[in-house]
Amino acid sequence: MTHLETELGKLKGDITGMFILVQKQLNKSIQSLLAMDKDLAREIIAAEKRVNAEELKIDRVCENIVALFNPVAVDLRLVFASFKINSHLERMGDNAKGIARYVLEMNEKFDTELIEKLQLKEMFSAANKMIDENIAAFENGDSSKARLVFEMDERVDAINFAATNIVADYIKANTDKTVHLLNLMSIIRKLERVGDLQANIAEEIIFYVDAEVLKHDKSFHNKL
Amino acid sequence: MTPKIETKNLQLYYGAHHALKGIDFSANANTVTALIGPSGCGKSTFLRCFNRMNDLIDGCDVEGQILIDGMNINDRYLNVDELRKKVGMVFQKPNPFPKSIFENVAYGLRINGINEKKILEEKVEKALKQAALWEEVKDNLKKSAMSISGGQQQRLCIARALAVEPSLVLMDEPTSALDPISTSKVEELIYQLKEKYTILIVTHNMQQAARVSDKTAFFYIGEMIEYNDTTEIFTNPKIERTQNYITGRFG
Ligand SMILES: Nc1ncnc2c1ncn2[C@@H]1O[C@H](COP(=O)(O)OP(=O)(O)O)[C@@H](O)[C@H]1O
Ligand SMILES: [Mg+2]
Repeated sequence: MTHLETELGKLKGDITGMFILVQKQLNKSIQSLLAMDKDLAREIIAAEKRVNAEELKIDRVCENIVALFNPVAVDLRLVFASFKINSHLERMGDNAKGIARYVLEMNEKFDTELIEKLQLKEMFSAANKMIDENIAAFENGDSSKARLVFEMDERVDAINFAATNIVADYIKANTDKTVHLLNLMSIIRKLERVGDLQANIAEEIIFYVDAEVLKHDKSFHNKL
Repeated sequence: MTPKIETKNLQLYYGAHHALKGIDFSANANTVTALIGPSGCGKSTFLRCFNRMNDLIDGCDVEGQILIDGMNINDRYLNVDELRKKVGMVFQKPNPFPKSIFENVAYGLRINGINEKKILEEKVEKALKQAALWEEVKDNLKKSAMSISGGQQQRLCIARALAVEPSLVLMDEPTSALDPISTSKVEELIYQLKEKYTILIVTHNMQQAARVSDKTAFFYIGEMIEYNDTTEIFTNPKIERTQNYITGRFG
């Protein structure tokens, strides 16, 4: 194995670590939301610093590889893709933290029936599945897995789209809870963003593996 | 547009050794083409086909067509001296003659029968300027070429090749014996020279190929494996062997 291959292997490991770190943040944010667990929410906010530090570290690793090894072809694509995936993951971490912030502000649990109706858990598990597919795609250089992510994103988008009317109806019937319900809507938007970011990450993985540029190609996957 | 240079089913043998295996190649005028590939794959051999330098090697047999401006130069009746006026060559190690700087550049001109002092001076100055050496040597043209630095000597050899106003310039690892500063001067020069010349350059420095050339040809054991725009070769090579080579996974 060449020196460069060793460095690229480490970079891949760092990105996988970052994936797992922010996936944990997302899982905790949903858990804290459903249980209104404020301690857990505080834990997420504290761990956000680690996410940011990790992002900076990976940026530096990418910069060093380019400066010292002049990678080309698939190696260069891996470094570019990693650089962007890193930033998408950091923003996903921001969304998890955003959810935790709402949990800290709120005083009561959401109505279970409403959560069911909104398909919040489905939305969350779809986002989680997208992360799993992207991790597998990235680790194994398997773009077919990354391509699955676009369909899952459509599912997430559809749930987000349907949520607006459901929440609007609830607000009409429960005007005393308007702020509470608007917060819930904001949380759903954050989950929708997580789906978008995972779709962006899938694009980067396909670029890395297949040298294909899918960005802005609306015919390939329609994003709302 | 007729390509500046072209080969069709070019085969070359050193005795029984098949050194070039059916090369189909073409390059347009005013472009730089880099030839890359592991040692012994045939890059220098290929380069020498364009000035018939392989003629000097015993037992070397060339088949197929080699065209410059649409004319086949692989023809036994060709006037090789005329050809070499059109094709300049720069080698790996600077090889100035043990003469003055001026006489080194004037050498080819004198061979071509130019002896008038004023014309010689004009052409020598022009060639030295093109080779980005004029400012450094203009006050010392009588100085021996052996007394200047290696990087300056290589640019002097480039000036010597350019003085006879060739249209095609062949460079065989022109910077491999130079320090980084001289190397970047020569690279800068190559980049500028393509306004007037067509350049074929052999290089072992992958980044140099990427920096100076428009097209890159990857050779492997006598075959041209992949030939494409340099940006494509270095971002998205189509053939795995090329990718392995440029990413350093085999050599
Ligand atoms: N003068 C020669 N006589 C016999 N074989 C030669 C001669 N020059 C080169 N070769 C052989 O031809 C092959 C290509 O050589 P060359 O063109 O010098 O490769 P490169 O420039 O890519 O390193 C090699 O196997 C080399 O040994
Ligand atoms: Mg050679």
